[in-house]
Amino acid sequence: MSSNVTYNDFVIRFANVNGSGSASANGMFAKALFRMGIPVATRNIFPSNIQGLPTWFEVRVSEQNYLGRREGVDIMVAMNAETMVEDIASLKPGGYLLYDNSKPLAKTLQRDDIVEIGIPISTMLLPVFTDPKQRSLFKNITYLGALAGLLNIEFDVITGMVATQYKGKDALIQPNIHALEIGRQYAYEYLNAPLPLQVRRSDGVGDRIMVDGNMAAGLGSIYGGATVCAWYPITPSTSVAEAFEQHANRLRIDHDSGQKKFAIIQAEDELAAIGIVIGAAWNGARAFTATSGPGVSLMSEFLGLAYFAELPAVLWDIQRAGPSTGMPTRTQQSDVLAAAYASHGDTKHPLLFPASPKECFDFAALALDLADRLQTPIIVLSDLELGMNDNLSEPFEWDNDRRYDRGKVLDADALDAREVFGRYLDVDGDGIGFRTLPGTHPDKGAFFTRGTSRDEFAAYTESPEAYERNMERLLKKWQTAATLIPEAEITDNGCEAGAIYFGTTSLPMPECMDLLAHDGIHVDTCRVRGFPFGPEVVDFINSHKVVFIVEQNRDGQLRKLLINEHDFAPDKLVPVTYYAGLSISADFIQNAVTEYFAEHKLARITEVKS
Amino acid sequence: MTFVAKPRTHHPRLPVNEIGLTRRDYEGSVSTLCAGCGHDSVSAAIVQACAELSMPPHRFAKVSGIGCSSKTPSYFLNKSHGFNSVHGRMPSVITGANLANRDLFCVGVSGDGDSASIGMGQFAHIVRRRINMLYIVDNNGTYGLTKGQFSATNDKGSTNKKGVPNLYEPIDLASMALQLGATFVARSFSGDKRQLVPLLKAGLRHRGMAFIDVISPCVAFNNHEGSTKSYDHLRQFDHNVVNADYIGDHDEITADYQPGTIEDVSMPDGTTLRLYKLEDSFDPHDRVGALNYVQKRQQEGEVVTGLLYIDPDASDCHEILDTVHTPLNELNETDLCPGADNLDAINASFR
Repeated sequence: MSSNVTYNDFVIRFANVNGSGSASANGMFAKALFRMGIPVATRNIFPSNIQGLPTWFEVRVSEQNYLGRREGVDIMVAMNAETMVEDIASLKPGGYLLYDNSKPLAKTLQRDDIVEIGIPISTMLLPVFTDPKQRSLFKNITYLGALAGLLNIEFDVITGMVATQYKGKDALIQPNIHALEIGRQYAYEYLNAPLPLQVRRSDGVGDRIMVDGNMAAGLGSIYGGATVCAWYPITPSTSVAEAFEQHANRLRIDHDSGQKKFAIIQAEDELAAIGIVIGAAWNGARAFTATSGPGVSLMSEFLGLAYFAELPAVLWDIQRAGPSTGMPTRTQQSDVLAAAYASHGDTKHPLLFPASPKECFDFAALALDLADRLQTPIIVLSDLELGMNDNLSEPFEWDNDRRYDRGKVLDADALDAREVFGRYLDVDGDGIGFRTLPGTHPDKGAFFTRGTSRDEFAAYTESPEAYERNMERLLKKWQTAATLIPEAEITDNGCEAGAIYFGTTSLPMPECMDLLAHDGIHVDTCRVRGFPFGPEVVDFINSHKVVFIVEQNRDGQLRKLLINEHDFAPDKLVPVTYYAGLSISADFIQNAVTEYFAEHKLARITEVKS
Repeated sequence: MTFVAKPRTHHPRLPVNEIGLTRRDYEGSVSTLCAGCGHDSVSAAIVQACAELSMPPHRFAKVSGIGCSSKTPSYFLNKSHGFNSVHGRMPSVITGANLANRDLFCVGVSGDGDSASIGMGQFAHIVRRRINMLYIVDNNGTYGLTKGQFSATNDKGSTNKKGVPNLYEPIDLASMALQLGATFVARSFSGDKRQLVPLLKAGLRHRGMAFIDVISPCVAFNNHEGSTKSYDHLRQFDHNVVNADYIGDHDEITADYQPGTIEDVSMPDGTTLRLYKLEDSFDPHDRVGALNYVQKRQQEGEVVTGLLYIDPDASDCHEILDTVHTPLNELNETDLCPGADNLDAINASFR
């Protein structure tokens, strides 16, 4: 039998009704596989709704660590009658349809090329759980139990999780385990369990953790020394502030007084949120906000002020489709240009592009350092895919010897030691002046902060020459920024073609490169990690004949930014863009690149098998 | 136009305060507002109030939005940092500044356009949050820098310079502040320094947000006949209810008000605020009563001035948030970073 069995390689999708309590059971499914050491990637596809609309949860199970989305579903757990038609249609030929056959499947829905697995969940639970609400919740647990039997999930891993999850509510443990058993027993007694599609314990996970990027961002902000967080609720960014608060309430409490070493304000809107951040940073506290595209639009005026007033600020933009409601709960990378050039009057902002929870953690602390060093807003561009889904990630690390880079701030002694203080004097030649904080010295260092109308000593002036000098110095500071942004991650094997991408577009890349190589198409890769782009990105483009710019927006925003900033020939940078609201898949990128190779008759290299 | 510094010399016999400073140490640069602008009187009153309270002139954070009023933080307290921010957004910036360092005295100056129109949302929410600050609105009923458009505080029927009447209902920021839960609400007139200076002093000493709506005529665009924010109109219709005097440890009571009821209010720092109630029926500890009174008088065309409401035992935002007493901007790695050991446990919780 084992010769026909495939292990640890499938896509399972759960189709549920929003608010039906499925998230907990589905999450346990993914976590159980993760605890068996099997690499998994989870994706929550949810509506802008609290209860009633369809929602899907997808788990990619991959021994090879292919963690991007893959087209086609191998197992569909169809628990939502409303979406049954499309759910059944999305199954690959040979796939498995798990459904509640308390009501038989309509003839019109039946497919010859899939395997139907009907389980009479409602009927079985009717005599066991008398409370209808409880019965409805336990449906989810029952299909989890059935899956345990069908896929050969280690049962004690699941029961262990139930015990942990309901610790303190012990009365719930037994009924949950009972519901699991009902499902599992049914699978063993009436179904052909286990299926030829199975899981088995693996060492594929290593020491990695499973966490969402927003949690990582919140934690990284705590480690990075943020003391002020101001925010306004907006999906998919809300959980950044919530994670910060949740962990700060534990990690940032003064031992003696029990008081908080942080302040968090849920502001009245995004304008106030960024205003609070800027006010706090002006007064020397490390501060950040988290928002999404609409928030960036609202914050734009303030971002321009902070750019010209030269104030640190950290902004997390968890990108999504936009505007308004509905599609905005789907992932995209469509704020690149809006963030890079946010505001009015010749502004540009350093960006960071994290691609994993570990990088969210690292960039949270780095962004706070960069903001203080460069005295300018730093925008971190994450997205819904990374921010709200549990991702496999290298564990978080912190070096206890690390010191915060508070940038060029003069205290009272430093002011006394100086003959001259000019807030906007470029003393070091890096375009960055020294600043002072309010209340530092009785007689020295006070100045008035405003936008552009000032000279090197922060005195009010509308002199054309002073304005030009200031603008040129800001450009010099921009060049300094380019030396501080994390370098791109490059794999260069001397291929003619290259691919540039960022953030979560990296997830399907290893699989995509393997698929392409199988067809003799070899492509070098460059994952950019921030903006302004470093010289290595420029070299990468210059040393390749054609470069695919792969991203998740319609207009090829990263490509436009590259062309705009570096005058690359547009023909050379080929856009590969996906923007339909799911995350980009390896298959999609493979098709686009393969088509380009065919159309332009580019050479393929096929290894000769000896 | 460039920055104009005032000469540093001063009269040798200028009186010094408790910390050895003269009033000149509290001044700012030369005003670039129009001669006779009410806002300059407000700035002068701030200088006097801070000097008389012997407050260290470098321990302020001055924040403003955009507009004539928002230029004024340049014209007082030169030894302090100032921040001329974004139109209508002073409240959020000063909120951040106060969160970062609770030990500084925060003074926000705004205008009627800044607070009652573009910044109405931020005004409302900073009242709710009780940021420890003095919030001054230089209220002239007009947009001066853009040449005389009506603002939202302008009375219905009041005319502009060309005689065109304002068609819309006015917004009364003092009433709003009362309704939104402000713990110190006052109104004054820039031309009445005797009333304004003690109110500013009390506001500076108040814990939480002290809001003072200062009617401050615009000599360029809103000081003609037909305007309800002109010097003449205010001198005629200003209705004082409760005047205040701020009494420090050694101060003599210098105010010279009409006789009425006197009430002493203990401030959180142990000092005393002495109230002169000019109308027996008015109780400055009764929020709803104050709201009714202001509205009633307004209906009769009168502008009620004085201390309208005070809750001397109010808490501020830091107390609400329960933050540590050390200013957040003084905390370092040892205070803030949970360290690698904690991270091991955090990683384990995600396995």
